[in-house]
Amino acid sequence: MAKKIETDELTGEIVTPNIEPGATAHYKPNLAAQEHNESLGFPGSKIEGWEEKAIGRMGELLSKYRSLKVYMDTCVRCGSCADKCHYFLGTGDPNNMPVARQELMRKVYRRYFTPGGKLLPGLSGAEDMTGKMLDEWFSYFHQCSQCRRCSVYCPFGIDTAEVSMAARDIMNSVGVGQKYCNEVLGKVLDVGNNLGMEKPALANTLEFLEEDVEEESGVAVRYPLDEVGAEVLLIAPSADFFSSPHIEGFTGYGKVFHEAGVSWTVSSYASEFANFGMFVGNFETMRKVAQRIVDAARELKVKRIIVGECGHAWRVGYSFWNTLTGPFDFLDPKHRTPTHICEFTLDLIKRGVIRLDKSANDDLNVTFHDSCNVARGSRMGDKPGGQFDIPRELIRSVCNNFVEMDQDTIREFTYCCGGGGGLLTDELMELRVKGAMPRAQALHEVMERNGVNTMAMICAICKAQFTKVLPSYGIGMDVVASVHQLVSNAIILGGNRGV
Amino acid sequence: MSFELNGATYETDEDGYLLNLDQWSKEVADYLAAEEDVEMTEAHWEVINFLREYYEEYKIAPMIRILTKAIGKKLGKEKGNTKYLYELYPGGPAKQACKIAGLPKPTGCV
Repeated sequence: MAKKIETDELTGEIVTPNIEPGATAHYKPNLAAQEHNESLGFPGSKIEGWEEKAIGRMGELLSKYRSLKVYMDTCVRCGSCADKCHYFLGTGDPNNMPVARQELMRKVYRRYFTPGGKLLPGLSGAEDMTGKMLDEWFSYFHQCSQCRRCSVYCPFGIDTAEVSMAARDIMNSVGVGQKYCNEVLGKVLDVGNNLGMEKPALANTLEFLEEDVEEESGVAVRYPLDEVGAEVLLIAPSADFFSSPHIEGFTGYGKVFHEAGVSWTVSSYASEFANFGMFVGNFETMRKVAQRIVDAARELKVKRIIVGECGHAWRVGYSFWNTLTGPFDFLDPKHRTPTHICEFTLDLIKRGVIRLDKSANDDLNVTFHDSCNVARGSRMGDKPGGQFDIPRELIRSVCNNFVEMDQDTIREFTYCCGGGGGLLTDELMELRVKGAMPRAQALHEVMERNGVNTMAMICAICKAQFTKVLPSYGIGMDVVASVHQLVSNAIILGGNRGV
Repeated sequence: MSFELNGATYETDEDGYLLNLDQWSKEVADYLAAEEDVEMTEAHWEVINFLREYYEEYKIAPMIRILTKAIGKKLGKEKGNTKYLYELYPGGPAKQACKIAGLPKPTGCV
């Protein structure tokens, strides 16, 4: 049994900790095995002459992404970001201040890419790329969940996530990969989803859901697989086929399609919305994962793509798909590609297409956790702020009791769950628990003050992370809910009016 | 990583999951359970047996709801829920029970 992880007492206050240098230097994810690295086209293990190759890769990224060069050059170390990272707040390790984390790359950048650093490294804060430096990179660039909260407060808008992504890409390019991400990427590119769930298992899971919903409601709601000619291809994170409360959300999607009278299908070839290619910062990997979805949409001859509750994948879909795999001109141009399931459902509710009994959720007092990549990496719908307003409006339309958490912890100021960015892996559990502290404090406050008993969210990682780590703070895992689970509770089946 | 049991060596991944699934036996399960501080009862075995049967057919552990429903059928409806499974396996039915059942660790956002 894992040892108990020490956590801060819940007071509702997020307090900046005392600094503890090196407190988390020993946190490291597992190294990817040769097969995981090679399946993605990376060297199997750390290559000969890796130092030079790493600098070469950094040079390529600097010339390809001007943003990265700007981020390397512009920081004035004002410290605005210092106390904005959940991992710093939870651990006190100064290298988890975003400025210090980025400095691990800047030192190397100065040494090899600036005149001052080349000539007088000692006076320029420049350092060589050494084994010790690589160790620090591997540790601390895997203590960044790429949530971009620090960027909101940076006067220059420096994007730490992009720096972390570049660092991980450089490490992968010399054969130093992270097991969790690379293993998962291997599976999605091989089988079609992060779980490695093959078609028979997926079919069995969807059949089970059909039986289960019919048993419970008496209504035959379909959960179709690989149906050519369906109007909608639904792309969900594969955790929706496996875990709770993910599956309760997925159950809700099916009920919504049923009541709307819209034909839909899941694809066994592209049964994954998550795209860890973003976490490892590798464009080509991200493109390959996204390409499966386009290929499935063509193969199944659908008219539109609707996506499920997944945070980082929404960023990939909303912000990057068009560049990665667009244009989507083979789909019906009346619809946005991709359409988020929340905007789809809310529109149906507003038009009175689906009927609801809000009182079904009267035992719930709900708050909403904004997921970082939805909040800060994208939009939703056709108005600015839609990524904040649409999920909230949807929750309010299916629940009578809704309460906001502290304003410094929601919308664009939201705190990461502590497990994003490819860190949702057991060997980083201590980091994950400590990084959840700010959200746990804000949640505790509304639980105490307003009697909140449910925190809804639209991200598979957030759901998995919170159900795992909140118990360490004395909060039960049953507070964690999918937004479409609330929809699923309230929707009146058989009230089908159609679109 | 590896462990020794009754003179045999068992290779595992970094988190203690068996690498060679064919090496699993009830004795190995008891050993893994002890490592996790889980005391195996008949109810625990029901979970392990179902996981193994499902894995044999589908090459993956079942969705949590499939598992809870199956356990509810075997042990009574009041036990067919996630809460009961966490009482049996505090480390989570998916991860801890899979480990003891000799299944690979579930991957992805789980």
